[in-house]
Amino acid sequence: MIHARVAGTGSFLPGNPVTNNDLVARGIDTSDEWVVERTGIHQRHLAAPEVTSSELAYEASLRAIAAAGIEPSDIDLIIVATSTPDYIFPSTAALLQARLGITNGGAAFDLQAVCTGFAYALATAEKFIRSGSHKRALVVGAEVFSRILDWNDRGTCVLFGDGAGAVVLEASDKPGILATALHADGSHNPILSVPGQINRGEVVGDPFLRMDGQAVFKFAVKVLVDVAREVMAEAGVGIGDVDWLIPHQANIRIIQATGKRLGVPVEKVIATVGQHGNTSAASIPLALDLAVRDGRIQRGHRILLEGVGGGFTWGAALLEF
Amino acid sequence: MENIEQRVKKIVAEQLGVNEAEIKNESSFVDDLGADSLDTVELVMALEEEFECEIPDEEAEKITSVQQAIDYVTAHLKK
Repeated sequence: MIHARVAGTGSFLPGNPVTNNDLVARGIDTSDEWVVERTGIHQRHLAAPEVTSSELAYEASLRAIAAAGIEPSDIDLIIVATSTPDYIFPSTAALLQARLGITNGGAAFDLQAVCTGFAYALATAEKFIRSGSHKRALVVGAEVFSRILDWNDRGTCVLFGDGAGAVVLEASDKPGILATALHADGSHNPILSVPGQINRGEVVGDPFLRMDGQAVFKFAVKVLVDVAREVMAEAGVGIGDVDWLIPHQANIRIIQATGKRLGVPVEKVIATVGQHGNTSAASIPLALDLAVRDGRIQRGHRILLEGVGGGFTWGAALLEF
Repeated sequence: MENIEQRVKKIVAEQLGVNEAEIKNESSFVDDLGADSLDTVELVMALEEEFECEIPDEEAEKITSVQQAIDYVTAHLKK
């Protein structure tokens, strides 16, 4: 049986951290206390105007490739989860392939499931590898959400950050990803969206992120609890067998409410939202890489990662690192 | 068995981190007990879990005080 196993992780954050007080100094009508109390966010990174998702993806990918001990040319599948691609087309994954100098003709495509993007991309890559069609995948979450924020909307602009995280997923006779689950319910699309498009050279609709925070909160906690239980049941493991929970990093209070309902002690939850803000599809691989590099996550540990985002979409993966 | 009023007050105390003795029936979650917008969402979720019911968003918005929570639960509790 072919398993899909994480061979290496990497991540990248652009520039210096921007604190809540820095945002106040830039004229945002908010306060450090307000943001921290409601979200747990102390700072985030914001990419310079010329920096794109593929550039962040490139930096994170180099680190993941080095950690895996492989060459870029060993990669035969690239999936980039992003809602903030460089272009309408070609895909950010194709641009990343070119940046990495990969000329082996492997597949490359973007996947858009907003903040669930990484869970979707990882589960998709797993299926390619387990089918035997591909051997080594580069799975990336990369975002520049600062581009789609309305900086006059103090309820949303303080919540997000830019960054990228990547993993190399390879065929192995050892496990691996043990179980995945992906879901969507498009009827909830209005509570979190960027409802605009480019039409004949002009923006039609609204090019900024709009969110009903209370509705998102309630929906997020419910599905994050449900989907975590779903993958644990599929893999036949209990919550006590999970070494680390890595939820999408949207809001510390969503993370806490989810962990509490699942019965996961707070010290087993990887939380980076305080330092990164919500980096959408990049948040889970950023948190994963951080905890691998600081030594918390060790080989053999069981990790439950799960996301929820616009669509609405939600999904999870349970894996043995 | 505790009655609905006691169970509601216990949940309010736990969710909002206030002493049960401070909670009066007429207490407003936001004005009297210091709840923010997410606290009220979490409170509704905790009520749903305790009383095994679903509180629709448009109903949840109207529950702003301890008495309103007691009234809602009393009217909708599964018999």
